[in-house]
Amino acid sequence: MADVTLTIDNKQVTVPAGMLVVDAAKKAGIDIPVFCYHPKMEPAGMCRMCLVEVGRPMIDRATGKPVLDEKGEPKVQFMPKLETACTNPVSEGMVVKTQLTSERAKSGQKETVEFLLTSHPLDCPICDKGGECPLQNLTMEHGPGKSRFIFDEKQRLAKHVPLGELIWLDRERCIQCGRCIRFQDDVAGESVIGFDQRGRYTQIVTFSEPGFDSVFSGNTTDICPVGALTTADFRFGARPWELQAAPSICSQCPVGCNTVINTRREAKADGKIVIKRIMPRQNEQVNEIWLCDKGRFAHHHFASEDRLTKPLINKEDKLAKASWKSALDLASEKLSAAKKNLVVLASGRLSNEDLFNLKSLADMAGGKALLYSDMGGGALTTRVGVSAGFDLGKLGAGDAILVAASDLYEEAPIWWLRVKAAAERGATLIVANPRATKLDKHAKFVIRYSYGDEVTTIEDLKGKNKIADAFRKAENAVVFYGSEGVGLAGSASVAAAAAELLTEAGHVGKPNSGLIGVWGRANDQGAWEMGFETSDDLAEELKGKAVYIAGADPAGDDPALAKALKSAKFLVVQDISLTATAGLADVVLPAQAITEREGTFTSGDRRVQRFYPVLPVTGEARPDFAITSQLARGMNYILEGESPSIAFDYLTTEAKSFEGLHYAKLAETTEQWPLVGRGEVNYGGTSYENKHGLGAQLTSAAARGENYKLPAAKKVKSLRPKEGELLAVPVTKLYDQGTTVIPAALLAERIGEASVTLNPATAEELGAAAGELVKLSWNGSQSEVRVRTDESISTGVALVPRSFGMALREPVVASVKSAKKVK
Amino acid sequence: MNVLEPMVELGRGLWTVMKQVLFNPVVTVQYPEQKREVRPRFRGRHVLKRYENGLEKCIGCSLCAAACPADAIFVEASENTDEKRFSPGERYASTYEINMLRCIYCGFCEDACPTEAIVLGDNYELSFTNRRDAIYPKEMLLEAVPSANMTTPQAVDANVFTRSVPEMKDPQD
Repeated sequence: MADVTLTIDNKQVTVPAGMLVVDAAKKAGIDIPVFCYHPKMEPAGMCRMCLVEVGRPMIDRATGKPVLDEKGEPKVQFMPKLETACTNPVSEGMVVKTQLTSERAKSGQKETVEFLLTSHPLDCPICDKGGECPLQNLTMEHGPGKSRFIFDEKQRLAKHVPLGELIWLDRERCIQCGRCIRFQDDVAGESVIGFDQRGRYTQIVTFSEPGFDSVFSGNTTDICPVGALTTADFRFGARPWELQAAPSICSQCPVGCNTVINTRREAKADGKIVIKRIMPRQNEQVNEIWLCDKGRFAHHHFASEDRLTKPLINKEDKLAKASWKSALDLASEKLSAAKKNLVVLASGRLSNEDLFNLKSLADMAGGKALLYSDMGGGALTTRVGVSAGFDLGKLGAGDAILVAASDLYEEAPIWWLRVKAAAERGATLIVANPRATKLDKHAKFVIRYSYGDEVTTIEDLKGKNKIADAFRKAENAVVFYGSEGVGLAGSASVAAAAAELLTEAGHVGKPNSGLIGVWGRANDQGAWEMGFETSDDLAEELKGKAVYIAGADPAGDDPALAKALKSAKFLVVQDISLTATAGLADVVLPAQAITEREGTFTSGDRRVQRFYPVLPVTGEARPDFAITSQLARGMNYILEGESPSIAFDYLTTEAKSFEGLHYAKLAETTEQWPLVGRGEVNYGGTSYENKHGLGAQLTSAAARGENYKLPAAKKVKSLRPKEGELLAVPVTKLYDQGTTVIPAALLAERIGEASVTLNPATAEELGAAAGELVKLSWNGSQSEVRVRTDESISTGVALVPRSFGMALREPVVASVKSAKKVK
Repeated sequence: MNVLEPMVELGRGLWTVMKQVLFNPVVTVQYPEQKREVRPRFRGRHVLKRYENGLEKCIGCSLCAAACPADAIFVEASENTDEKRFSPGERYASTYEINMLRCIYCGFCEDACPTEAIVLGDNYELSFTNRRDAIYPKEMLLEAVPSANMTTPQAVDANVFTRSVPEMKDPQD
């Protein structure tokens, strides 16, 4: 849009047309106070805090030209009353006088504060927002200091109103700015809270069951300009100024949200330093200023007591504590003896440096480096994935986004948020999923297929139809693929089909086009970049080998793998706690949690980001890359084991997509818009400021112009259940019973019990109503779970959530029986 | 030189001393048997005050700790319930510690307190034999309860103690 020039407080400012006065002033370094306005949302003009004097050039109606004064300058006509800076877009020649130059504006703002405080309880001493509260700050700066209202007429309202179990409302503190409601309506697209009543009785209520049923609810506490909405998790946890802050990267999903972790030494935790809260950190290309509730509240596992503190060696079928030297000597001797029979199994829980060292070790020894993942096809994302310059925020009209076999809301909520926003900007959103998901209502095209038909569905998009045309004609096209209802082999085929589709439509080699995997773990992408591979038959691969497992618990996930590991020749397990796999090991090496060390993660959209140490180290634990290096030394290989920075720089010379990156470069920041953060008093969320790096993006092989091969999409053999049987498929839930989520007691209700989702008709046939217990049996395993129903899935299908104690890693034929009948 | 002169001088000197002994009041006291009243604004060891009903005035806001120039105070807050109520309102101090070795008795904590819970008292008899003992926990700092049945936590009626900071009235002209 064309630029317009206006004058704010005698300062000439040139900004794009359509910008609001409040933002234009901010660009010029002038702070107009606001409460209801938020740069991420449409203006509402509700709080009247941003009152300023606005003048516009007089136009002669007869000629349509500006009227000039004696000096030959345009005559400016000021409006008789003050106007809100947050609802007025800038116009050419506009003159704005803020509180800095206009006494009228100043007194208007002063009186607005006085009004807002008529019934505010002023209980800042016990308020969780106290110390980082925009109302506090703006009252100090613009308020009258004294109120003319009668104290006895203050309203007395409920101070403890839970809007669901995560977010609590204090009705007295609320100034009815509606930021939370507008966030839920516009940004999150889940209208679960709203205003009730009118006038002084206005209050925020929740419409949903359970209360405030949104995975983005925590963000409303950040943007609340007062202490009306606070989290139950941080309730009276500490005063904000007492907290230490360390920048980090959320490790719950592949989005890689930038976070700030606040810690404090606590008497309740026996004087240990504990994490008090996790706040979002601004990165406009990753998470903007948002964070999902899983990332925000599921941090209690970091305080787990169940940590390995010393190396363990198996002596006569019992793990006994040992010194680092003896454990490393034994492990390296045995691994070195294995030679080509060495299998390194790692997961995306580890950092890039860890994975690089592990892969290098396997390569030097001539062994295999395998990725422990239930989702495949990652090698394709390194070839036809999105490339340096990718920003979901830039996708809009003319672009297409295909979400295939993935429920982004459950698997990567912040991507869901940003894909939805792209669709609202005009991007063609195509959702292909066997059941209804929350993304459907924002999609232009919804494709519903049967479980098992993933590949043919994607291949149909190469044909001649409306949807295929829309995808082909798009300027940029991104495909998100996940593992909804497919296992390792199935998702690899989905990836191959999607890669082919992208290549045929010419949507490769461009920054904003390509394939994105919605992985199960934070750094699965990094493992693929490092050249890790998956194995179709992991159990077979492990049998009789010398196995070195880092950051994975296959034995805990799948009894078949536990059996395979028992027959391994020698087993070294490197983990943070004594997992089921570690229980089988010959040598167990204690590793540091990601909160105790530094390193880098590669997010699913191929951005490398640094995380920093937050907590002190537990016991004698060491960082994974250092342990691998020390093991390698015993095997006469040299790997970097001191500094993650050097390890990263080695890796940039080996992995092609990392070329040109540097560890220090990842810590660089540039100014981001909107301006939020500690120095900014209007928008809350004091931890937004990003001083520790926006990360750097990887290039794809297609973007580098290399030759690469795409594997043909293998048709997955579709299972045909017989009469009385069901096709059981794994699906991902955001709140699962994984080891990182379960310790967050606050989420217990949202996690719920293990369940199986059936079509209501199927459930009826089985005689099991929703909520009843049924017996699910597959491949000789069985589990008693509760029935849930979903009309959008077909009969004959049973959805089994991952990480709920059921070792279902790919679609299988299963049978469900009502538990009542069994008894 | 008169022989009497030294005697006179001696007598004069003795008179000066005797005048002090005989006519001036005694200023020393027999500490520790006797103790002197401290001045009204004396700043001694801190006391955490209670309301008349026994509830603690401290609401665990930690403003004293924020004001403390010596970083001597540590506060950790928890939530009150009507079944287990320590103080009025939602919040109370579950941990309250003052390191008396660090404290410089400046009284800033007293100034910062929104409920007049912390008061520098008249006790100046602090002694400890190790650094750990110099950290006074909440139990040592809290005022004695007015009567035995008023100890905290108390079980109280619902919706009575809803406010942390006592209601303030408009100043009367």
